[in-house]
Amino acid sequence: MKDLAVLAYELREDVVDMIVEGGAGHIGGDMSVMEILTELYFDQMNISPQNMDDPKRDKFVMSKGHSVEAYYAVLARKGFFDIQEVIAQFSKFGSKYIGHPNNKLPGIEMNSGSLGHGLPVCVGMALAGKMDGQDYRVYTVMGDGELAEGSVWEGAMAAGHYKLDNLCAVVDRNRLQISGNTEEVMGHDDLHQRFHSFGWHVIDVEDGNDIGQLKEAFDTAKTIKEKPTVLIANTIKGKGSKVMEDKASWHHKVPKEEELEQIKKDLKEKKEALQNGKNS
Amino acid sequence: MAKTANKQVICDVLLEAAKQDKDIVALCSDSRGSASFTSFADIYPEQFVEVGIAEQNLVSIAAGLARCGKKTYAVSPASFLSTRSYEQCKVDVAYSDTNVKLIGISGGVSYGALGMSHHSAQDIAAMASVPNMRVYLPSDQLQTRKLMQELLKDNKPAYIRVGRNAVEDIYQEGNIPFEMDKATVITEGNDVAIIACGEMVKPAIDAAAILKEKGVSTTVIDMYCIKPLDEETIIKAASNAKLIITVEEHSPFGGLGSMVSQVAGNHCPKKIITMALPDAPVISGTSKEVFDYYGLNGNGIAKKALENL
Ligand SMILES: Cc1ncc(C[n+]2csc(CCOP(=O)(O)OP(=O)(O)O)c2C)c(N)n1
Ligand SMILES: [Mg+2]
Repeated sequence: MKDLAVLAYELREDVVDMIVEGGAGHIGGDMSVMEILTELYFDQMNISPQNMDDPKRDKFVMSKGHSVEAYYAVLARKGFFDIQEVIAQFSKFGSKYIGHPNNKLPGIEMNSGSLGHGLPVCVGMALAGKMDGQDYRVYTVMGDGELAEGSVWEGAMAAGHYKLDNLCAVVDRNRLQISGNTEEVMGHDDLHQRFHSFGWHVIDVEDGNDIGQLKEAFDTAKTIKEKPTVLIANTIKGKGSKVMEDKASWHHKVPKEEELEQIKKDLKEKKEALQNGKNS
Repeated sequence: MAKTANKQVICDVLLEAAKQDKDIVALCSDSRGSASFTSFADIYPEQFVEVGIAEQNLVSIAAGLARCGKKTYAVSPASFLSTRSYEQCKVDVAYSDTNVKLIGISGGVSYGALGMSHHSAQDIAAMASVPNMRVYLPSDQLQTRKLMQELLKDNKPAYIRVGRNAVEDIYQEGNIPFEMDKATVITEGNDVAIIACGEMVKPAIDAAAILKEKGVSTTVIDMYCIKPLDEETIIKAASNAKLIITVEEHSPFGGLGSMVSQVAGNHCPKKIITMALPDAPVISGTSKEVFDYYGLNGNGIAKKALENL
């Protein structure tokens, strides 16, 4: 378990390099979602460059597409492309590594960026699995601000209706969106009951930046029958450095020199603490 | 030269108007920061509605408010406002004839490397084809201010697209030729007529300067009013020129070029070159890099003119 927790910090370092080099990036949501993606790609899902053409492999859609930097870092580490190439080219003129997921790149299933598309698309993928009698699983990660889109709830309704137990959604519940606190912009405090009443099995992950808790929740989700499962993963936006943590202004931001120094220092310290087996 | 983002001016005009008129209501969808509307939300919280990331909801709520007497301004990125909320714009705004002004910010390819999900290259085609929807793409802050002041006076639907970046002034304070729903003729000539809108007006003016040096005389038309389209000005320009060039930050289909071709084809057929974004996701880059790559700049337009004269 410790290894993936350390890995998540190494990937955060890649993200920071990418954003500084590219001069753009949704850094806050990258940091909050990192353990979720790490646990999914390195423990839960059977997706790799070797099996992309296998219809039986699992499927993943990055619904909160603006956190593409975190997604690139994970896919690069999985071997889909070279991280140094991503860092050098991210968001630059003529680059294929643009600011949202694009399925011209290997490993990326669907293009995203417009919020509220991932869940309904995954309903389609999960239905296809049922139609074809395949037992692959389908995963998506949404932002909490994203949940204001009506299309999310149309998808949620359909998933409950069709009892899609091969579908697992994750909400990156960092309680922030561009304009500030989600509860002030458009509240979601009854999220658990909402998904429940749409026919979902709901798991609250107390610390969504904890690999162990995420693993347990994803493992449980696999055992739930006749219902889709949603993980409400309580995360911290900007997780990893006090410069960014829980600050709405870091939704989209490129660190200035001093900030960058502090962020790098904080990430390194956290990583080393985890390597030494101490609690972060 | 001073540069100002057109969206900033929209907020300024509404701030001024909201002081006198309590029925003015602005709505945002987690977009107040990018729309430069934070000051409006702070100064007039009673006249501001935040709907969260829900553009369809944004437009329908604006329509409901309008039906009950409010003068509403729904402000959201042009890409989401025009395509995500398209049916709400069609049915709740245009068809039901509600006083909703749809303000599409960060239009065209303003969002650069964020890619096609964030670009609005279909909005002119989408909006102009809806009955009772007016479409405006102002070119600079001065024209934007005049346009907004006119729109404040009426109670009909309209879609206004502006870019994200600060743009150079085209006109001069104290000397802003503006007539509602009449195109602005910036220069007059009799070889080429360049008809442009929004951020493409500046490159059209640049092209005219380059062409002048080569002895080509050019008419430059700022067609900020896409719908109702100023047909009279198009017909006059087409009749006087040997060649028409249209330039727009939009898909090659259903936008300014298509509409001008239709008018000219019906009334005074002339050779028309339509310059636009490609029918493909555009290359990754800033607006300027994208424009330069596809020849949507002074040199590119002048070159097209010389090739086709
Ligand atoms: C349909 C749509 N509307 C608006 C946006 C612009 N936008 C990008 S990120 C964002 C905020 C997302 O907040 P949240 O879902 O909470 O994500 P996170 O906090 O994980 O970054 C918004 C409004 C978008 N990408 N898509
Ligand atoms: Mg959030």
